[in-house]
Amino acid sequence: MRLVILDDYAQSSEWAAKYICNRIIQFNPSEDRYFTLGLPTGSTPYGCYQKLIQYHRSGDLSFKYVKTFNMDEYVGLPRSHPQSYHSYMWNNFFKHIDINPANAHILDGNADDLEEECQKYEEKIQEAGGIQLFVGGIGPDGHIAFNEPGSSLVSRTRVKTLAKDTIMANARFFDNDLSKVPTMALTVGVGTVMDAKEVLILITGAHKALALSRAIEEGVNHMWTVSAFQQHPTTTFVCDEDATLELRVKTVKYFKGLMHVHNKLVDPVLSMKDQDK
Amino acid sequence: MPSNKSVSDAPITQFINCRILRDHHLQREDLWVREGRILDPEKLFFDEKGYADERVDCEGSIIAPGFIDVQINGGYGIDFSQPSNDVSSGISLVAQKILEHGVTSFCPTLVTSPPSVYHKVLPQVKVHGGGRHGAGVLGFHLEGPFISLEKKGAHPEQYLRTFSSGGKDDLMETYGGLDNVAMVTLAPELPNSQSAVRELCQRGITVSLGHSVANLSQAEEAVQAGASFITHLFNAMLPFHHRDPGIVGLLTSDQIPPGRMVYYGMIADGIHTNPAALRIAHRAHPSGLVLVTDAITAMGLPPGRHTLGQQVVEIQGLHAYVAGLTDVFLVLGTTTLCGSIATMDMCVRHFKQASGCSVEEALEGASLHPAQLLGISHKKGNLDYGSDADLVLLDDALNVKATYISGEEVWRRGA
Repeated sequence: MRLVILDDYAQSSEWAAKYICNRIIQFNPSEDRYFTLGLPTGSTPYGCYQKLIQYHRSGDLSFKYVKTFNMDEYVGLPRSHPQSYHSYMWNNFFKHIDINPANAHILDGNADDLEEECQKYEEKIQEAGGIQLFVGGIGPDGHIAFNEPGSSLVSRTRVKTLAKDTIMANARFFDNDLSKVPTMALTVGVGTVMDAKEVLILITGAHKALALSRAIEEGVNHMWTVSAFQQHPTTTFVCDEDATLELRVKTVKYFKGLMHVHNKLVDPVLSMKDQDK
Repeated sequence: MPSNKSVSDAPITQFINCRILRDHHLQREDLWVREGRILDPEKLFFDEKGYADERVDCEGSIIAPGFIDVQINGGYGIDFSQPSNDVSSGISLVAQKILEHGVTSFCPTLVTSPPSVYHKVLPQVKVHGGGRHGAGVLGFHLEGPFISLEKKGAHPEQYLRTFSSGGKDDLMETYGGLDNVAMVTLAPELPNSQSAVRELCQRGITVSLGHSVANLSQAEEAVQAGASFITHLFNAMLPFHHRDPGIVGLLTSDQIPPGRMVYYGMIADGIHTNPAALRIAHRAHPSGLVLVTDAITAMGLPPGRHTLGQQVVEIQGLHAYVAGLTDVFLVLGTTTLCGSIATMDMCVRHFKQASGCSVEEALEGASLHPAQLLGISHKKGNLDYGSDADLVLLDDALNVKATYISGEEVWRRGA
């Protein structure tokens, strides 16, 4: 595991964006060989998306040969609802970049047959050649995507009922009216994300601190599903100071001491302008 | 990228680097158009996996819905009220010229005229959409002849009429027919006017109060019968009086039926209304303000003598530099104002400057509000998904840079 600790939200967003940018460019995607990216939603990755859009606008990064797979979507929420994950991705990312709409995949929470939808999603990922880099966040209860505490660590894409904690955390997006918050979601499984070649988890804010400490300093446990990534060969956690508040001083010192090594991954930041001609 | 649009193969245009007027705010958003209508790009992306075929770089311009002028009597030497065998070409000429002012739809206005003129002119022009040939015609605005003698303004006295046959019959007798009529201005104090108001409203024609000496109750009764507009507020009506506000009192009347609104036309040319009066009206009832030009035949022409309906008028060359050129038009031998030569974009700029309102409010006064008045806001006067892509591109000073109708460029500055 790499634990990359930055001072604040802005810096961690930027580090993560640079990392993703470099990964895509190093892969040198083309018509025959797309870069597949797994994507999250929520307030944590927002800053990272802003930075990626900036790199795109300045001409340094194109998503023309990138395929994306989002982690999750609410069940039963109209696709055009401002809180749907489709809306989030359109407004905060897709509408600002040059991705081919046919390559932007998000689970359909209004499909007639939800299980079939999940099955098909797994197949689409397979057909795309698997995920190169899965970017994710973490819930206050340590979940990844909507793999709530108790989810199987080898689970696949499926329908999940949301935990009370998650519903309460989401209420702020639904006028603080618990009755308006969706209770079910389609989500990639822990196993699905584990299949990715690389995993990048963004964790910022003091309210995520406990979850981070359980995820990386305790054992692999289905009550803190992010802990499964201790068994993934290439996982990077990017966080800010506040998210480290529950970690042992020893852990933090160790990884801060490695920052000069970590920073080589994002310095220099590559540009597609250098690739052309 | 391979085309994958499932709903339609028609080309999609994406206007970028612009600020669009939507939900009453200027927002930094792209505007998407397909088949002459505003397109929802999110639906296009997810449902159709579609994308733009063409991108138009607006270079930071403001995109507003095309302006709608519901009171324009002519221009460029054309007088709509002048009976001729070929009214269409006169209207077409003006329709094309006003594209330069950002007007994409209008109501050609006829001032008080003898029945023979209405019988001759009305059948010649149908409601039709705009395009490269010119702004769309929404229907005639018939200003008169059922108006008050005392407030005739520049209208010819000898052709004024009353509802002597009870109302409905007078309409048909006078006008000949009501097809292709979008609005009628009348004086509600005339006996039997209620029946006429109801008949017009039933036919979907907007009824406007003007050239009248009605008191507030009479005006309110007319509104209750269906009237919804006031023709050039303050002009050709009794002045506001604190014990009987007259027609002006409609702006704050509590007798308006629920769910209905009274709109009012303002000629914001710096001449017809003192800016202080403009501000009073605007502050009293901002959502009802509709900018109109009331432009006459001399609009767009150099100084000289011109006809207005059955009368001859002369320009007194007074230049008042208020965000543009405005000359005063007077009926020969009197000091009665008769129409203006201001253009719609001048009115928008002047209104904003005089009232201190926001850019959004100024633009809505010339687009959203007239569309709401005419009951066509489901497809005009806004940039909502599904609305007609009638657009005006403006710079920050609200000068027109380009005009589009149904998504097609129909005028560009410097072209």
